[in-house]
Amino acid sequence: MNLLWLQSGGCGGCTLSWLGAEGESLFMMLADENLELIWHPSLSEESAGEALKLIAGCADGSLPLDILCVEGAVLRGPNGSGRFHLLSGSGQPMLSWVRALAARARHVVAVGTCAAYGGVTAAGVNPGDACGLQFDGDVPGGLLGADFRAGGGLPVVNIAGCPTHPDWINETLISLARGALVREDLDDFCRPRFYADQLVHHGCPRNEFYEFKASADKPSDQGCLMEQMGCKGTQAHADCNTRLWNGSGSCLRGGYACIRCTDPGFEEPGHPFAETPKIAGIPLGLPSDMPKAWFIALAALSKSATPARVRENAKADHLLRAPTVKKAGR
Amino acid sequence: MKRLLVGPFNRVEGDLEVSLDVADGHVRAAYVNSPMYRGFEQILQGKMPADALVFVPRICGICSVAQSAAAAQALAGAMGIKPPANGRLAANLLLAAENLADHFTHFYLFFMPDFARAAYRGRSWFPDAEQRFRAVAGTAAGEALPARAAFMRLMGLLAGKWPHTLALQPGGSSRPLQASEKIRLYRQLREFRRFLEETLFGDRLEAIAALDSVAALDRWIVAREPDASDFRRFLGIAHDLDLARLGRGGERFISYGSFPDEQGRMFPAGVWDGSLKILDSGDIREDVSHAWYAQAEVPQHPAHGATVPLVDKAGAYSWCKAPRWDGCVVETGALARQVVAAQPLVRDLLVAGGANVLSRVVARLIEIARVLPAMEAWAEQLTPGEPYCVAGEMPREAEGEGLVEAARGALGHWLSVRRGRIHSYQIVAPTTWNFSPRDAQGTPGALEQALVGAPVGEGEEAPLAVQHIVRSFDPCMVCTVH
Repeated sequence: MNLLWLQSGGCGGCTLSWLGAEGESLFMMLADENLELIWHPSLSEESAGEALKLIAGCADGSLPLDILCVEGAVLRGPNGSGRFHLLSGSGQPMLSWVRALAARARHVVAVGTCAAYGGVTAAGVNPGDACGLQFDGDVPGGLLGADFRAGGGLPVVNIAGCPTHPDWINETLISLARGALVREDLDDFCRPRFYADQLVHHGCPRNEFYEFKASADKPSDQGCLMEQMGCKGTQAHADCNTRLWNGSGSCLRGGYACIRCTDPGFEEPGHPFAETPKIAGIPLGLPSDMPKAWFIALAALSKSATPARVRENAKADHLLRAPTVKKAGR
Repeated sequence: MKRLLVGPFNRVEGDLEVSLDVADGHVRAAYVNSPMYRGFEQILQGKMPADALVFVPRICGICSVAQSAAAAQALAGAMGIKPPANGRLAANLLLAAENLADHFTHFYLFFMPDFARAAYRGRSWFPDAEQRFRAVAGTAAGEALPARAAFMRLMGLLAGKWPHTLALQPGGSSRPLQASEKIRLYRQLREFRRFLEETLFGDRLEAIAALDSVAALDRWIVAREPDASDFRRFLGIAHDLDLARLGRGGERFISYGSFPDEQGRMFPAGVWDGSLKILDSGDIREDVSHAWYAQAEVPQHPAHGATVPLVDKAGAYSWCKAPRWDGCVVETGALARQVVAAQPLVRDLLVAGGANVLSRVVARLIEIARVLPAMEAWAEQLTPGEPYCVAGEMPREAEGEGLVEAARGALGHWLSVRRGRIHSYQIVAPTTWNFSPRDAQGTPGALEQALVGAPVGEGEEAPLAVQHIVRSFDPCMVCTVH
């Protein structure tokens, strides 16, 4: 399977995250799965004219293109010209290249939230008029249009995440290469369901604090980050706390809030990222699928039932009270 | 005179295009274009100040922690707070880990594969270099990637993930390491040390860091077989290709200084132009005469600068601004940092041949050897039970400046807060310095100067010498324009 990878309106961080894939060497894994990198901007030998020849070959069909990976948002500005990113050496807007290549590819993959939905590049006044390959925020469309289907029949596969996880990329690419990814394996935002059907909340090490609404007040506190610190782990579609990042990490394990970076529009939450928006003391963003009245009732009950151990540890940066050791007395 | 247009320039971070005027087999003039604009400085305007911590790391996936560190410092300055000792140590560890991982990635994945190109077939070292450093397929990449991934476990432990952590806060770190985790951290550092000593250097890090002159480096080379280690391989190739005479840079070097300790900084700040000058960040201006931006009457200090794209501006050829120190072009990066920090071998290399492809690469590797032992010491100094983070309030009106050293050199953030929101946020990244276009006086930027004189072989469309020079700077194009 030939794989071409291009970068546009993003930071390159999804590639760097990908290079952090653990276990066997990434390159050996690709070879073993018969995934051949035609060209990747950070990794391949070919430069300049040699690289353009490969890209142009894929675009005109003379070189078979099985998987097109695009990292970074599509920059449409200024005024729809795409001149905020001309692919160097070519004089042509990157968006024209992506359009031409997508028309030839068997599969098109948006690597990361920028390529999928616009992401951080589309934040604020969206200076670059950035959008995703097949979404503009959460609205279907983007560069290729809502009806686009790649040669293999799938819409753009959105490996959303900011950055995305190396395993999400690898497991998606391998599934595509084996013909094992079908439309039903993608969710409403065309994310692979193997990770997007999970919640960041699953496996969160702060779960006991969450159960009792024992909350952190400031960075480095051990308590739950949902009530005060803006955490959206109970609503965010990803398996970060069961899969883990760079060995043993996740945002929650790093001591900071989940900002729901796999969702379209996460870059403009409508409130400061590290503060939980509330009405009458109730967080606006409730856990997925949880009725509001039950949340309020359970929160009130659990707060009144909070063990002193949990309450005190929540607002400290190290363990103040250990769980009681029960002795059988034999 | 003919004009060569070289791009896309790969194995650099982001997209890059270089135009070369070539005559008589040499580059006569170079024009460096950073071809992508996203507009982070515009995006940040009007945001809540603390939200900068979400946005700025996403300027760059390879300098993400450095961007966070600069923002945290600018915010801390505006808030009038200072991280406690644990917070300072954690920040040092994170920035050092990123710097080292970047140097390592540059060497193995970006820079060395050029010596495995078919054009070098016939050189005595070629069969070994091809087997070892070939892009993607070489044995070195197969070993270096897992070693790098294992080293980045330190990021998982200290920062939750990399890139794009929120663990670095104005008040310190959100991730309080406990006693057993300190041990895990230390073991991760020792594991990486083993790879560096056995594979990259073939010597103790302390012995590499102690190399104190060109003569000492020559003795080190002579005492080893050409394939004794990857550093030795590089030095052999560099000697054969005379890389010390390639990509001669200017005479001035800037470093903001790095890794604060109780007294000062492990690497001090300064400007070197043959002697050490005190660095006053007030002497920095950004010239936009040849960049696609609306222009003020005179170049502005970043604290007063603006970013207003103007795509049809006459005479402009890049999205990169042209920062100048005291009106002068300066080079930044590991070489500048080690020159300012008076590392004897790097100073001696500068005396011998100035900034060039060899000295830039050696400085990076020397820095790896110097910094990893320091990281081991910082890990030991973490004190569980003591605070990692202090709280603070952002005033409704405030200014802040964040000056840090990313892997690629001097990175500055300038923040102003009005009515509780970001009024202005200006960023000058390392490659903005190195890959700047010409200024109003027509003075070319650091890379543009370094490319002049590079040999261009008959029929070479993307001259290899030019590629070595460009990659010797380890450019980060996504930071450059942001």
